[in-house]
Amino acid sequence: MEDNIVLKMRNIHKIFPGVRALQGVDFTLRKGEIHALMGENGAGKSTLIKVLTGVYGKEEGDIFLDGTEGPVAIHSPQDAQNMGISTVYQEITLCPNLTVAENMFIGRTKGTVQNWKKMNADTDRILQSLEVPARAAQQLGTCSLAVQQMIAIARAVDMECKVLILDEPTSSLDEQEVEKLFKLMRDLRAKGVGIIFVTHFLEQVYEVCDRITVMRDGKLVGEYEIENLPRVQLVSKMLGKEVDDLSDIKGEVKTFDAGKDAVPVLEAEGLVSNAGIKPFDFHINKGEVNGFTGLLGSGRSECVRAIFGADRVTGGKVKMKGKDVKIAKPLDAMKNGIAYLPEDRKVDGIVGDLSVRDNIILAQQVLKGFFKPFSKAEANKVADEYIKLLNIKTASKDTPIKSLSGGNQQKVIVARWLFTHPEYLILDEPTRGIDVGTKVDIQKLVLKLASEGMSVTFISSELDEMIRTCSRLIVMRDRKAVGELTGDELNQSTIMNTIAGGDK
Amino acid sequence: MANSENVKTSSAGSWKNLLRNQCFIPIAALLLLAVFNLIVDPTFFRITFGYNSAGNPVLSGAIIDIINNGSELAILAIGMTLVTAASGGQDISVGAAIAIAGSVILRVLCGGNARPETLEAPIIVAFLVACVVAMLFGAFNGVLVAYFKIQPMIATLILYTAGRSIAAWINNNELPVISDPKFAYFGGFIPGIPIPTPFFIAVACMIVVGLALKFTNLRLYTQSVGINQSSARLNGLNPELIKVMTFVILGLCVAVAGLIKVSRVSSINYSVIAKDIEMDAILAVALGGNALSGGKFSMAASIIGAFVIQCLTTTLYKYGVPATALPAYKAVVVILLVIVSAPTVREYFSTLVKKMKLKGEVA
Repeated sequence: MEDNIVLKMRNIHKIFPGVRALQGVDFTLRKGEIHALMGENGAGKSTLIKVLTGVYGKEEGDIFLDGTEGPVAIHSPQDAQNMGISTVYQEITLCPNLTVAENMFIGRTKGTVQNWKKMNADTDRILQSLEVPARAAQQLGTCSLAVQQMIAIARAVDMECKVLILDEPTSSLDEQEVEKLFKLMRDLRAKGVGIIFVTHFLEQVYEVCDRITVMRDGKLVGEYEIENLPRVQLVSKMLGKEVDDLSDIKGEVKTFDAGKDAVPVLEAEGLVSNAGIKPFDFHINKGEVNGFTGLLGSGRSECVRAIFGADRVTGGKVKMKGKDVKIAKPLDAMKNGIAYLPEDRKVDGIVGDLSVRDNIILAQQVLKGFFKPFSKAEANKVADEYIKLLNIKTASKDTPIKSLSGGNQQKVIVARWLFTHPEYLILDEPTRGIDVGTKVDIQKLVLKLASEGMSVTFISSELDEMIRTCSRLIVMRDRKAVGELTGDELNQSTIMNTIAGGDK
Repeated sequence: MANSENVKTSSAGSWKNLLRNQCFIPIAALLLLAVFNLIVDPTFFRITFGYNSAGNPVLSGAIIDIINNGSELAILAIGMTLVTAASGGQDISVGAAIAIAGSVILRVLCGGNARPETLEAPIIVAFLVACVVAMLFGAFNGVLVAYFKIQPMIATLILYTAGRSIAAWINNNELPVISDPKFAYFGGFIPGIPIPTPFFIAVACMIVVGLALKFTNLRLYTQSVGINQSSARLNGLNPELIKVMTFVILGLCVAVAGLIKVSRVSSINYSVIAKDIEMDAILAVALGGNALSGGKFSMAASIIGAFVIQCLTTTLYKYGVPATALPAYKAVVVILLVIVSAPTVREYFSTLVKKMKLKGEVA
């Protein structure tokens, strides 16, 4: 093998029932480089990673590692770990009920006897050197999601890996945390570690990466030096078509005019829940798209959860179209025509083992009642309709939703709520961890629905996405609504200033 | 792209679908037992026609024995499957609860007199009272599990421990005996019908649950709650209520099984009635290939699983295995069945088959 190459994958094939997930994919990783692996949902990035880490077997193809003659056989994640391949997955795969230190060392100890004192001391030292704000003896579950992610990375780093795989590590981190992570990645690169970086954030790719490998529909599109591949070209390679400018989709659709003295669809006064937010006021008009923005943990999700009755509402008044309503639980909200796509797709959204069809009809079925099930034919018809409408990629409507890629799972959840024909749709981070193409699809859908008279509340961590879709933004800081921006105020710098509270 | 692939796999898929069907393992186990009996002793399948001591026409033979004695287990398996699906745990108190239900039936029929000449109340009344009592105990278990978030096995351990004492207390520790022959119909034979009544009762229960699964959202709701409680709640379901509901349904199954049990002997023995039946019921669910951690389930597979267990028991009895040694023999067979039906083992074999096919294509 050439000197500077740490990993070579050649002609990798992987077949799932009904889908050829990988078809002859090549991938090369050099020493001391950060290599982005890009592609739309279902392009095969995660599958390739899982073949490399031994989670999946492969039907065909060879993997070569630096320092080993001939192809290596990786049968389990343990094998991969022993060969110096460490992974940090998109979803945190550590054990929340163990301590931080136990999580750092789980599965890595050789003997049967464990020196707990040393383990804790080592952990504290590593965490300190990486500036991770956690203690060794702390239970992992008590750390924030972002910190858990950083602990997962610290664990991988500590294993002296030659190949470090970061699968969407930044999707739950805020900006400063991302910066810290990037610093860490650059340090590791300088030490000669090869890093595979899977992400959907284009900015981040251009900030840290040296090379890009693009995949599409289970096939390799190509490997490029970062300076030779401008953004627009990257996006068009990922989508497999020339794309028009993504920046201005707002102009494409007519905005809905509710009339001046129309009653708001929903009006909340002093709403407060047990999730630790301060009471807030809120209203939304027919055909309006508004949003909550703020840093991670600022309370933006908690606000919409309070509106939907997902957390226990402890105070405040809610009116729908001028009439007082009581929303104590999700079903109350649903009966009043409110739909809510939750932030955490895996935990609150999908019902993993159920089919795509059952996942689509679930909410409407609950509204319809226990004694009135949809017939199989009706359910199939609805499923087919929405699979086509939202272009959901699935082997069939009987496929369990958990075997779909993240973006397609999200589309199924969107379909579920559209099928309830809501008047007011709340989308909490609908585009997190989703490829560019689907992101634009969802944004366009939001604007289209609004133009037809639906009211939508949209939450996203990406400011430009919010600016593109929302006509009014409520800014949250420290679990409190601190400002409301409309019209010309909807630009990056004003929003940033409001979030930061910079005026004072 | 996915579509063209689909067409390819579906042509070779019918055989594979059969293998993947959840009912495959329990049916295969039944067939295996049948073949074993056929080879070793074909009289196993002989059904003879005769008259019992009361002069009623009856069928007898090992097969009749299986459908007769497997009835209570099949009925319990129905409720246990739902509880497992929604709560991800099992109710170990069903045996004790059967003792309570049976005791209630006898108490109502006797009205406090241990040797009544005539029934003090119609049998249907006694049965309905037992249903209410058993469903209340089911609700008690369900509330502990759903609202107090106690693990099902621990929550039902309470009734498991106390149930038989409660049953004895209901009848002041007496053992009532019912002399009315009508009462024996439910666990024996109805005059003129040679097939044992418990089988009809079990079939009726299967039909009821089949209709419930078809004409209500019982399946969707229990599965959703069992797979992802948090998501189910955000879709407007009330997970706690649904869990309690499954325990109440199991309570109803317990009452029906209790009626059959006390009718068989027209009396009750508090410490022996339906002993260890909870383990067989759980086993039936597991043999049906249902995950004991909840979620998706196949009701048919559980019910077939119940009859597999009874078939096994009857077979072992037939070959003279003493009652005391029975559990040990059963355990060996059960281990084999559970291993074969484990998802990891099945996956291993399916990839093995796939690999062999690939090699065949290459050659």
